[in-house]
Amino acid sequence: METLTDQTWLLTVGTFLPLLGALVLMFWPKDDESGIKGVGILTAGATMLVGIYTLVQFDYGQSAKLQFFVDAEWIPVIKSGYTIGLDGISLPLYVLSMAVTFLVMIYTWDNMPDAGNTKAFLILMLVLQTGMAGTFIAQDLILFFVFFELVLLPMYFMIGVWGGEDRRYASLKFFLYTMFGSAFMLVAFLALFFQTGGESFGFAQLVEAGASIDRDVQIWIFAGMFLGFAVKVPMFPFHTWLPDAHTQAPTQGSVILAAILLKLGTYGFVRIAIPMLPEGAKAWAPAIGILAVLGIIYGALGCLAQTDMKRLIAFSSVAHMGFVMLGISTLTSFGINAALFGMVAHGLITGMLFFIAGSVKHRYHTLEIRRLSGMLIQMPRMGWILGFCAMASLGLPGLAGFWGEFPAILSAYQPGFGLSEPLFRTLMVIAAVGTVLAAAYLLWLYQRTAFGEPSDEFKGHSDAEHAAVDGHGVAHSLSAAANDHTHDGDDAHEEIHDVQLTEWLSWTPFLVAIVVFGVYPQLMFKVMDPAVTQLVERLGASLG
Amino acid sequence: MVAAEVAQLSSGWFLENAWLIGLIPAVGFAVIILFGKKLPMQGSEIGLGTLGASLVIATGAGIQWMQRTNSAETEEAAAGVLRGVARALPRASEGGAAEPFIEPVSSTWVWWQNSGLEFGLGSSIDGLSVMLLWLVAFISFLVQIFSLDYVRGDRRYTHFFAAMTLFSSGMLIMVMADNMVQVILGWEIMGLCSFLLIGHWWEEEANSVAALKAFFTVRVGDVGLLVGTAILFFGANQYAVDNLDTNGFDLDAIQAWALSGQASTWTIVMAAIALFIACIGKSGQFPLHTWLPDAMAGPTPVSSLLHSSTMVVAGVFLVAQIYPVFWEGFNIANGGLSFIAVIGGITIVISALLAFVQDDIKKVLAYSTVSQLGYMMLGLGVGAWLPAVFHIFTHAFFKCCLFLCAGSVSHSGSHHSFDMKKDMGGLRKFMPITFGAWVVSTLALTGVFPFAGFWSKDEIIDNVGNNGYTFLFWVGLGGAALTAGYMTRATYLVFFGEPRGAAAGEHHDDHVVHADDHALVGAATHSLSAATNTDDGHGDHADDDHGHGDHGHDDHGPHESGKLILFPIVVLAFLATVSGFTNATPLGESWEQFKKYVEPRPEAVAFDAIIASGPGESVQLVVPAVAPAVEDDGHGEGAGDDGHSTGCGRGEPEAATACFFPAVVHAEPKFAKILLSLAVVAAGYAAAIAFCIAFYKRRDPRLVGLTQRSRVARAGYKFLANKYYLDHLYEKIIVRGVAHPIADAAYWINQKVLDGAVNGVGEGGKRAGNWVYDNIDQKLVDGAVNGSGLVASESGHAMQPMQSGKVNQYGALLFGAAAVGAIVLVILNVS
Repeated sequence: METLTDQTWLLTVGTFLPLLGALVLMFWPKDDESGIKGVGILTAGATMLVGIYTLVQFDYGQSAKLQFFVDAEWIPVIKSGYTIGLDGISLPLYVLSMAVTFLVMIYTWDNMPDAGNTKAFLILMLVLQTGMAGTFIAQDLILFFVFFELVLLPMYFMIGVWGGEDRRYASLKFFLYTMFGSAFMLVAFLALFFQTGGESFGFAQLVEAGASIDRDVQIWIFAGMFLGFAVKVPMFPFHTWLPDAHTQAPTQGSVILAAILLKLGTYGFVRIAIPMLPEGAKAWAPAIGILAVLGIIYGALGCLAQTDMKRLIAFSSVAHMGFVMLGISTLTSFGINAALFGMVAHGLITGMLFFIAGSVKHRYHTLEIRRLSGMLIQMPRMGWILGFCAMASLGLPGLAGFWGEFPAILSAYQPGFGLSEPLFRTLMVIAAVGTVLAAAYLLWLYQRTAFGEPSDEFKGHSDAEHAAVDGHGVAHSLSAAANDHTHDGDDAHEEIHDVQLTEWLSWTPFLVAIVVFGVYPQLMFKVMDPAVTQLVERLGASLG
Repeated sequence: MVAAEVAQLSSGWFLENAWLIGLIPAVGFAVIILFGKKLPMQGSEIGLGTLGASLVIATGAGIQWMQRTNSAETEEAAAGVLRGVARALPRASEGGAAEPFIEPVSSTWVWWQNSGLEFGLGSSIDGLSVMLLWLVAFISFLVQIFSLDYVRGDRRYTHFFAAMTLFSSGMLIMVMADNMVQVILGWEIMGLCSFLLIGHWWEEEANSVAALKAFFTVRVGDVGLLVGTAILFFGANQYAVDNLDTNGFDLDAIQAWALSGQASTWTIVMAAIALFIACIGKSGQFPLHTWLPDAMAGPTPVSSLLHSSTMVVAGVFLVAQIYPVFWEGFNIANGGLSFIAVIGGITIVISALLAFVQDDIKKVLAYSTVSQLGYMMLGLGVGAWLPAVFHIFTHAFFKCCLFLCAGSVSHSGSHHSFDMKKDMGGLRKFMPITFGAWVVSTLALTGVFPFAGFWSKDEIIDNVGNNGYTFLFWVGLGGAALTAGYMTRATYLVFFGEPRGAAAGEHHDDHVVHADDHALVGAATHSLSAATNTDDGHGDHADDDHGHGDHGHDDHGPHESGKLILFPIVVLAFLATVSGFTNATPLGESWEQFKKYVEPRPEAVAFDAIIASGPGESVQLVVPAVAPAVEDDGHGEGAGDDGHSTGCGRGEPEAATACFFPAVVHAEPKFAKILLSLAVVAAGYAAAIAFCIAFYKRRDPRLVGLTQRSRVARAGYKFLANKYYLDHLYEKIIVRGVAHPIADAAYWINQKVLDGAVNGVGEGGKRAGNWVYDNIDQKLVDGAVNGSGLVASESGHAMQPMQSGKVNQYGALLFGAAAVGAIVLVILNVS
């Protein structure tokens, strides 16, 4: 594997900078709320700047090669090295993780979950960021595993401490479920290591040597990895932790979970499982395809049955990740490109939907669809943003979601390497039907929550309504009065504001990115395509 | 006949920059959304301005396209090939001379890439697309002028213009597309805008339901679009890459591939069926037509735009655009009874019948549109490409005009009601101009000589018969009689008889209803409507059924509408009268402008002559040479079934050449047939007039109350009034079935079975753990397990709310389970 070794410090700094911020925060006085938040935003912002610098320095002409490559000694005893690098496959996800963390930080400025303890919350978030970024740059299995697992703990505590009413159950379930998968994954990693002669955990070496493993063995090792990654994605039927985790997690947790954490699983398939075990991947591909499509339909049906907005969005994640996995399961460059695009698009769109859900909850203290109505009257801007995201989520061309969904469906028409065409074509048609169901649940949600008149319960409590009655001056003072977070849970008469400043700050980049990538998808395809094409070519070389 | 040397075709700025036609309104949309409310005319000036700009460019492109076509002839003449006069007919396959294929002018940029292939975005202009670009821009422009007055003071005036502009942009983007993905883009943008516009007054549930239904129904059809695109892409891609240096999304490549004879029958049949399903949804064909009448919930200009030149025409356009796929897939060349023709025929009749039982004037027109779209589909389905496309053109004028007249009536005549029976009647005296335009358009719609519809619809019917489809020929004629019937009924109810309800100046019922609403909910509602209305200052919308509150003039009686409303109506009425002469086949060949400029020439083109126009490459201006002509024996006379065994689409093209359009047959106009169809229409009129006078005026006792007396009549009426129970099937059975029992069952499985298993494992694990803990000495537990438990326990203590004990046990157990799994894996690996 050819590599470029300029500016080797860049990835390390980008990945571990958040830890530095976490360290500073540990010694920061606990009472200084805004100071803590400031340090958090500053750290995440600095990390984001490093990310932008990485974007600038990346050589787009050679996006198939690993860049900023480092191969240092780490734990020689077990032949694991500190091997990191970035190519067209990981670059979008790496930068996305930085952007999301930064924006979530900004959002936290005004929207700290009720449980308090800002310091611990932000430290966890920064640690989480290191884990996510590290997973995307790791080029060594042990290193990958460490980062992969590093992500787990902060999220566990975020859900368990700052979550909703059922947080203990949800956090435990999340933790154990993922742990369960990881254990198998670790075993599979070790098996792969020993089967390739126990020389190195480096990706390059394993990709070279993995293909020569006996087919049956490959299938078993792949099974282990499959469990680990499929739980993370999550694929049907390993998805049941997701709705609970999402519903219970604080908004910040939900956004990060949807935007980045789920992608660790799909990324693992693309980066590790498939290239290292081509025969295993080919044998498993039909099963993955079937499960993916089951997930699409099943997730959509789950959405239709929901009465809670956040839970509905969570189930829609299952459906959307189904499209991603369908693209991957075709083992074609067409499908894998679609999957990678779909990962980023889903991160942006579903992340945004969770933001909205969080803000709605913050204002109405409920997410029950039956009780929400007329959002467009009470919060016109929020309502339009919700509509925009719903449209993006159902795969409207011109917005980012389409470019993950459409090529993924398309690719199933002609799967690679002699996979069964009748099977995958059937899957294609079913997946296409899934887009109808997506339209159904999203528009139905929108119709029920945004259209119509506000329900009696909340009628007359919004800024928008007051502005009309009292004139702007009064409404303004009201909104200012209600702005200082002194609400105590059951205060049903709190004012309902439209989108606030910090929300605008943290959401605008998401919204802009959804439009930009939707209108001009080449921005991302150009980066990914060479790397993906090379990956599939190599797959072809070993599958013959 | 010898191949001409490669000749230069003229081009021009407008043709090469036709992509601006779609882009300008799209940008306009963004500007309106972002800044519209701050502008002096609240964004409407941007909508009008951008569409005006598009219209100018489209006009220029149209003129340059005609010059381009003519330039091919002069080049040809100069090269000594055949002939010099600008006489375009007949086609070579019908005994005429071969004319060079006029290559579309395309300019595209790389939009996305995948697997090393680059896919473009831009414009590809040929006769069909330039015609529709102009039509869409023109109609959109007029409709926006109409809207200026019609929706003045609306609570979401700016949004309305934004969505209308984007709507037009979507259609323009689709029409100028050179690849399937761009078609999908435009197609879905229109879907979105129809959702926004039909649900424009979303405060009322009925409107938001209609919006949802429209989007959703079309989306069901879109499954076909996705699947069809996939089939075409993978079918045509190899051919396109090898021969044309492009890819399988390219529309030209798809056409060439379909006619190349290399496509497997199965592939092309499946693609044709899948794509036509999409067209059924979009163009409101049976059985997915049910969303169209409900879409009348939107403001009238929306209906007018949606039904004349955008949205519903998209499906017809798609069929016309990649016609070779359907030509081959449904075996139209050999007179096969195609899916398209059958659906078209059914649609003509069933929707015309439904139009008879509607009381809402807009719904009559909606079903009329469905029926007319059926004619277009029928034409395409039997190989009558040219008349079908011509009908798109003429229909746009008179249908748009009819809708605008309906809008004018409700605006000024019936106090915002669309109910013909309750609130109209006798309006011809009050609204003479609207009445005149309505009558002209009605005559055009029903195909009365010499109005526009006559020239197009009769051509379709004539060609259907000519191509050997006798039964469908009579279906078409019957449909024409039905059209005359329901339009007479509507005309009578609106403009004749005694004024009723609002038309008679009565105070409207809705006032009372709304006033009650207000009394009940008090000030809150009032403030709500005002809240969304801060930008226009009108507060009195609540007394208006459709939320539009133009009460500048206080007189509530019927009167003629203002100039801004009448201007578009008059222009359209004029075009409804004369536009038929642009392709007046019965008058002779020199009148057939559409045949000359719009219909692509069915000539094979040598691969060498085709200049690759990949995304990002410069515009090519070279005319491909005519390939060595296909041997033609000059059988001319129009009978369709005399077996054109040669020519494009009637056998494989010669090696290293490609065809882009099949050699369709054109019927020779016959005087007897024209008389026959005029007689049928006249009979329809006569019967309907007689009925209207007997039933509505004289209240003839034999007719009044017939549905109460006769069981047959009642059953028939009920069947129609319930729209063949299709809505019942879709909404009550399918949608409710999926949304409730099936979704609930899936969710039950999720909670009880899948999650139950997970919880069961957890619970069982906990019990087992307790048992192990209680019964087996702790010292036996593996050190590693203890270690991991310890870590979990520590962190659990650190965070007080955790159930530390449980984490401990769960963690230990899971590692235990994983260890067992590991052993299994290791054993299997070793063996």
